[in-house]
Amino acid sequence: MNPFQYSKPADVHEAVHMSSAASRFIAGGTNLLDLMKENISRPEHLIDITGLPLQGVEETASGGVMIGALVSNADLAWHPVIEARYPLLSQAILAGASPQLRNMASTGGNLLQRTRCYYFYDASVPCNKREPGSGCPARTGLNRIHAILGASEHCVATHPSDMCVALAALEARVHVEGRAGARVIEFADFHRLPGDTPQRDNLLADDELITAIELPASQLARHSHYLKIRDRASYAFALVSVAAALELDGDQIIDARVALGGVAHKPWRDRAVEAALIGQTVSRETFSNAADALLQDAVPLEHNGFKIKLARRGIIRALSDAAVAGERP
Amino acid sequence: MSATPNGAAARPFVSHPIRLTLNGQDRQLDVLPWTTLLDLLREQLDLVGSKKGCDHGQCGACTVLRDGKRVNACLTLAVMCDGAELTTIEGLADGDALHPMQQAFIKHDAFQCGYCTPGQICSAVGLANEGRAHDTAQIKELMSGNLCRCGAYSNIRDAIEDALPACRAQGGEQ
Repeated sequence: MNPFQYSKPADVHEAVHMSSAASRFIAGGTNLLDLMKENISRPEHLIDITGLPLQGVEETASGGVMIGALVSNADLAWHPVIEARYPLLSQAILAGASPQLRNMASTGGNLLQRTRCYYFYDASVPCNKREPGSGCPARTGLNRIHAILGASEHCVATHPSDMCVALAALEARVHVEGRAGARVIEFADFHRLPGDTPQRDNLLADDELITAIELPASQLARHSHYLKIRDRASYAFALVSVAAALELDGDQIIDARVALGGVAHKPWRDRAVEAALIGQTVSRETFSNAADALLQDAVPLEHNGFKIKLARRGIIRALSDAAVAGERP
Repeated sequence: MSATPNGAAARPFVSHPIRLTLNGQDRQLDVLPWTTLLDLLREQLDLVGSKKGCDHGQCGACTVLRDGKRVNACLTLAVMCDGAELTTIEGLADGDALHPMQQAFIKHDAFQCGYCTPGQICSAVGLANEGRAHDTAQIKELMSGNLCRCGAYSNIRDAIEDALPACRAQGGEQ
C-alpha cells in the first residue's frame, strides 16, 4: 500500500470540499483497501467518511425508504423494514460476500465496487479499465466469468455486486452530493456500459459522494426472488444472478421486473421485455419467452458461452419462484 | 481535522493518535494511516493470535470482533478504529476460564493445523451475537467467510452448534 494522508471530516460539505482527483472516500474499505494492496488504486489522500451522519433507514412520506450511505450491508439486509417490505434486497445482500465483509461494507460503497476481472486485478498485465488504451487481455484470454451483454471491444468486465442487481430491479434512486450541490441519479443511469471509456464505472464525479439510496414505494416486493448461481455454495461472485419481481392479480401479471447480475458491466435490465410480460399469465412458456428476449443480443466469448444457457434457465426459475414467493397468511 | 483541497500531497505523512478498548484494556496508540488493524495487532502489540492468511478478506483467519461484530482485521485501517471496542482471540477467555466457544472447539476437535482456528472462533462468537443462525444449514452459510484448508468443517459446525446456547446465555457480550 502506498503512503497517503488521512482526514476524517465531520460533515458532508467538508468531505466533498476536501476531495480531489487524487483522493478517495473510504467507509467500509473492503474493496478499496484490497485494491490499494494490489497497487491498482494509489490514492494520495483517504477521506474517512464514517463520521458523517448518513446512518439512518427512514420511511419516506411517499411510501418508500431512504437508506443512509453508511448503513452496513448486514444492518440493511436485516433491517425489519427492509426484510418486510423489500425482501428482494435482503436476499440479494445476504447472497453476497461473507458475514464479516457485510458487517464492514457500506451501502454507498457497494455501488462503487470495482470489477473482479483477473486482468484488472493484475497490475502486471494491460487493462483498458486500469490503464486506458493498454488493451484487454480478457477478450482473448481466460474469460469464463466475463460479460455476455453490453460489452465492448475495449472491456468485457462484469459488475460484481448482488445488492445492485436488486436495487436495479427496485428502481432505486442514488442521492449524491458534490461541490456543485446535490443531485439524484436513477439507478439505471448510475452505472454505465464500457464503450470506449471502460475506466469509468459510473456517473459519479471525483468530488461527489453518495449520501443515500432511496427505494420507491413498490407493489412488486411481495412476489420477488433473488437467484444467485456461482461456483461454490456460498461466498463467491455470481456467474449469473437474477432479481425477479412480479405484481400479480391472480395468475395475471400486472407489472414485472427482471435484472441480471454477473453478465454485464452494470446490472442488466430490458424494459421492453418487462413491458411484454404485462398482461401475460404466469406460466413456464411466458417466462421462457421473456428469457429468450432478454438474451437475444447475448454474445459469448471463448469460455463463457455456458452463461447464456445458465442465464436463460436462471431467469425462468427466478420468475417462477417469484410468482409463488411471499404468500403471506 | 481539516485539509485544504488538493493540498493533501504536499503535507508530510504523519501518524494519528487513536484510543481504543482492546480486550478490555484502554489503549492509546499512534498509528500511521496505512497500518491495517491486523498489522497493528501482530506487529506492534504482539497479539499474534489473529492470523494473516490471505490478507485480502477472502479467508477469515484475521477475524476479530469490533463492537461485538465480526470483521476482517486485514481490511480494516487501524486509524479508523479510533473509539472502537475490539476483542481478539486473546481476549475471549475470562482468566483461565475459556469462552464457551473455545471449550466447544476443543470438545469437538474442531481443528487440525489450527491456523484458521482463532478466526473461526471469533467469527463463531460474532455469529452467536447476531442471533441469525438457528439450524445447521444457517450455521454453514453464515460461517462461509472462514476457510479451513484442513477441511475440519464438520467438527467446526458441530462445535458452534453445541456452543450457541451457552453463548446466548452469556448475553451476547463480546
